[in-house]
Amino acid sequence: MTDARFSLHRYANPAVFQRLASRILPWTSVAALLLLGFGLYFALFDSPPDYQQGDSVRIMYIHVPAAIMSEAVYGLMAAAAAAGFIWKHALADLFVKAAAPLGAAFTLICLVAGSLWGKPMWGAWWVWDARLTSELILFFLYLGYIALVDAFDDPQRGMKAGAILVLVGVVDLPIIKFSVDWWNTLHQPSSLMSLSGPKIDRSMLLPLFLMVGGFMAFFVTLAILRLENELLSRRLRAWRTAEGAEIR
Amino acid sequence: MKAALLLFAHDLRLQMRQGADLIAPVAFFVLATLLVPLGVGPESNLLARLAPGMIWVTALLATLLALDRLFQRDFEDGSLDLIALAPLPLELTVLAKVAAHWATTGLPVLIAAPALGLMLGLDPRCYGVLEISLALGTPVLSLIGAFGAAVTLGARRGGALLAILVLPLYVPVLIFATSAVGATREALPAGPHLLLLASCLAAALALAPFAAAAALRNALE
Repeated sequence: MTDARFSLHRYANPAVFQRLASRILPWTSVAALLLLGFGLYFALFDSPPDYQQGDSVRIMYIHVPAAIMSEAVYGLMAAAAAAGFIWKHALADLFVKAAAPLGAAFTLICLVAGSLWGKPMWGAWWVWDARLTSELILFFLYLGYIALVDAFDDPQRGMKAGAILVLVGVVDLPIIKFSVDWWNTLHQPSSLMSLSGPKIDRSMLLPLFLMVGGFMAFFVTLAILRLENELLSRRLRAWRTAEGAEIR
Repeated sequence: MKAALLLFAHDLRLQMRQGADLIAPVAFFVLATLLVPLGVGPESNLLARLAPGMIWVTALLATLLALDRLFQRDFEDGSLDLIALAPLPLELTVLAKVAAHWATTGLPVLIAAPALGLMLGLDPRCYGVLEISLALGTPVLSLIGAFGAAVTLGARRGGALLAILVLPLYVPVLIFATSAVGATREALPAGPHLLLLASCLAAALALAPFAAAAALRNALE
């Protein structure tokens, strides 16, 4: 594993990353388009309405993937922040910065879709249930990270401070995941991940999995684009400061 | 260890000399709580039910008041650089500062809380649990707050940012503390909630100094 080709640091080189990214990008964007297209078709037209909830169950096909992504993105950000700390991986902090607004957007989509689903099912837009509250806290963690990174004049220092915050905020992840098991509140426990297998019918499981896959491919596509954007703006900043130094 | 104690005594003496700094958090705590009866009306049943939550929410906000000065002054006049260079580990420095912060905000709040409870008509059974929950909870607030103060050191508009970062992390403390008092009100055992609160304290005591020290190193780099 000492071979440089297998080393994680090889991908810390922006040029290597960009070459890899340009090779992956067409695949993920096509995958996102196909999965979301087929997933939405099955979710909205070719899946049965729920025997109790009727057609409003279709909100699930947006709500659940967004919820999964809101946690997964934070987990990825935390892993990247840890990598940035431990190995001083050059792209890790940039990835955290690039992924944060995406994660915040997924969390917001999850909250809004859940609220729209809650009104017809529970009779309230919002209840102070453990899972809802912890998801809302996750949203504020994302916002706090974005505000913190933005508040430093030196972008490098801002990203380091943000990475520490992301690592501290990890305590919220297990609380969200297990909130439905620890506290007996209104939000239902997971039907997807249980010891006896998924508790959802196949006809609903297929569009749900397609949508989850589509959300993931969509995230990878956007994350790569945003990371490339961050790299370009970093290079631009370096040029500008070099130019400024010459003029002076 | 001796150095940490000296630092604690130094911080405490600085706070004592500036009397206004010492009084401000408690005065805020009392005044903000007394705004509630004016806002929701003086009906005693309602106030007795709201009392634990209101006392806790304002205690939480009161600890925020002094947080932005926790490292800021030492950072600006350069003494934080010297403290960081000293052989004392930065984690212990953080703990000493947290102890001084708690002694000047958490402790006065703890002392003032029963008086506020009386004025709001808090159930007599609840005082003991309220005090225990404050004793366990306010150090957690100081510890998490020290992390927030360290991570925003050197940032623009640090004060408002600090509140945004720290308040979400305060939520578990608030939940466990108020459910402990609420359980006592309904004659249920408060023990489990207090144990959860104590575990928050144990975790924060073990982890927050390291996170805050890492943030301080980043700010001083």
